[in-house]
Amino acid sequence: MEIPKEKLLEIYERMATIRQFEERVREEFAANRIPGFVHLYAGEEAVAVGVCAHLTDEDMITSTHRGHGHCIAKGVDVKAMMAELYGRATGVCKGKGGSMHIADLDRGMLGANGIVGGGIPLACGAALSAQVLGKDNVAVSFFGDGGANEGSFHEGLNLAGVWQLPAVFVAENNGWAESTSSDYSVAGADIAGRARAYGMRGEVVDGLDLFDVYEKAGKAIAAARAGEGPTLLECKTYRFYGHHEGDKQGYRSQEEVEEYRKNHCVIKNFRARTTDERALTDEELDEIETRVSESIESAVAYAADSPWPEPSDVTEDVYVDYKEVL
Amino acid sequence: MKTLTFSGALCEALHEEMERDESVFVMGEDVITHGGPYKVTDGIAERFPERIFETPIAEAGIVGLGVGAAMAGMSPVVEIMYMDFVTCAMDEVVNQAAKMRYMTGGQASVPMVIRLPCGVGRLLAAQHSQIMESWFMHVPGLQVVVPSTPSDAKGLLKSAVRSPDPVLFFEYKRIYTSKGEVPDGEHIVPIGKADISREGEDATVVAIGPMVQKSLEAAVLLEDDGYDVEVVDVRSLSPLDTETICESVNRTGHAVVCGEDSSFAGAVSEIAAMIGENCFDSLKAPVTRIGSPHVPMPFSAELAKHVVPEVANVTEAVNRVMA
Repeated sequence: MEIPKEKLLEIYERMATIRQFEERVREEFAANRIPGFVHLYAGEEAVAVGVCAHLTDEDMITSTHRGHGHCIAKGVDVKAMMAELYGRATGVCKGKGGSMHIADLDRGMLGANGIVGGGIPLACGAALSAQVLGKDNVAVSFFGDGGANEGSFHEGLNLAGVWQLPAVFVAENNGWAESTSSDYSVAGADIAGRARAYGMRGEVVDGLDLFDVYEKAGKAIAAARAGEGPTLLECKTYRFYGHHEGDKQGYRSQEEVEEYRKNHCVIKNFRARTTDERALTDEELDEIETRVSESIESAVAYAADSPWPEPSDVTEDVYVDYKEVL
Repeated sequence: MKTLTFSGALCEALHEEMERDESVFVMGEDVITHGGPYKVTDGIAERFPERIFETPIAEAGIVGLGVGAAMAGMSPVVEIMYMDFVTCAMDEVVNQAAKMRYMTGGQASVPMVIRLPCGVGRLLAAQHSQIMESWFMHVPGLQVVVPSTPSDAKGLLKSAVRSPDPVLFFEYKRIYTSKGEVPDGEHIVPIGKADISREGEDATVVAIGPMVQKSLEAAVLLEDDGYDVEVVDVRSLSPLDTETICESVNRTGHAVVCGEDSSFAGAVSEIAAMIGENCFDSLKAPVTRIGSPHVPMPFSAELAKHVVPEVANVTEAVNRVMA
């Protein structure tokens, strides 16, 4: 699949933004400037970006606890994201969601989700809504290998199969559900094979190769738009950091992590391929890196300088019209 | 005015709301076949075939799809065939529907109605007879509505469909066939407003669901004891109309709170505590709660009849607080 140059540059920028954003969040977390749980997406960039490159703001996605990458891939503003992680009033969710519940409805990003597998039925609902309203929009649900073992996966995919919903299910199999390996916890040869049980197409994707993700996601999304029903894509990928920051990772070796960083870095490989094929130049990509670096820097400054929420904000947004119970 | 059954009134509300607003759709198990298990969705498949979805048996999926569709701009009305089964969708109700507006800082709305046929019906025992209103009262972001008459059933369901926030709509199975007058034309009952079903001076009985009718019957019997009893139908448990309840109790000085569910950590307990906190100076006797004993619903009729509170429990309680 030939990708236009403009698209290649946009893809690189999104992947670089995710990587730099996550590296910076890691530092901010270590310095105690970001509280709570942060689950970093570094290493998996090709999946979110390769899929979302085919989506518009009217197409909706649901995400996971590891949701920063999906936000950036869907076009959410990094300043508002960083402010959200800082818990500030200027955050994209006014400081009420944090990393695990970050969302931007205007970008069609229905939210990270603190419940493993929680987003799958929600995406089916968004797809059903497109179907009922006769729109050609699609819904995409990202979830992990852990999510594929939740009941919500099976109920959601069955319903999507029964009604042939315009949905794409993207299993990001990074090998580890917290500390449990997917080799152990996923019955059957792979997650993609479960598609057959639910009457939809299923395919294994090299999630560490942007071009493979882009091509296969493109086909699945086009099919969903054309009314040809859902697809389950299993993207084999890898996370560079622990389940969350602070995870001691006793379940995998440092050599394993180093091997992936060295030989399977999606950004490095994308750069090598596009420059080898003379589609892009090092200068163009370096320029993007510099621009991204500046945007992350200004996002951190914006977050740090932003006001905290007011005490009165505690009871806002519970209901449209909040009534004191007592 | 016309006379409708409770289920007929709900059905009429759905027809009217689906006619009014094309974003309203119905989803649930067996909702097309035979017009739904309780005839509440009767005729909808014929009139709005593209907006009714008969689902597999998959409560988590049903409610989860409802949340996603609602976030995408639809107004789903989902039916859980027996409210007991909503436990299979607790994540979708509690972690997704209830919290979505808050977690997103007000960006997301979940205008969904979850209809919950509940309570005892035909001796269906422990897994088909529960109520558990208090589970959902405890979750911020949810509204809990409990109509007791066909008129309120229609007016509250219409409000629930139009509400921008999720509503848990409790329908007591045993009153589906009860009849009552329903106003003609557009009939809306606001969520969060109690109704004084009967005025009285001596004692306030705050009642939930079918206990309203039983309390009205008890009030007639209590006239013979010389007591003039006021009956307040809560209609909504969350938000709770504390103003109407407290005004009544402050006037009568006596309060009995009754529901069919277990009173332990139940809806009646929250109301009793609220009265205790707000009306202490007016109360001439301790607030009394009526509910079922804290047991699962048994199957045998000989056992079940000792579980559901009846008229006699209300007369006994009023006599006790008045003594």
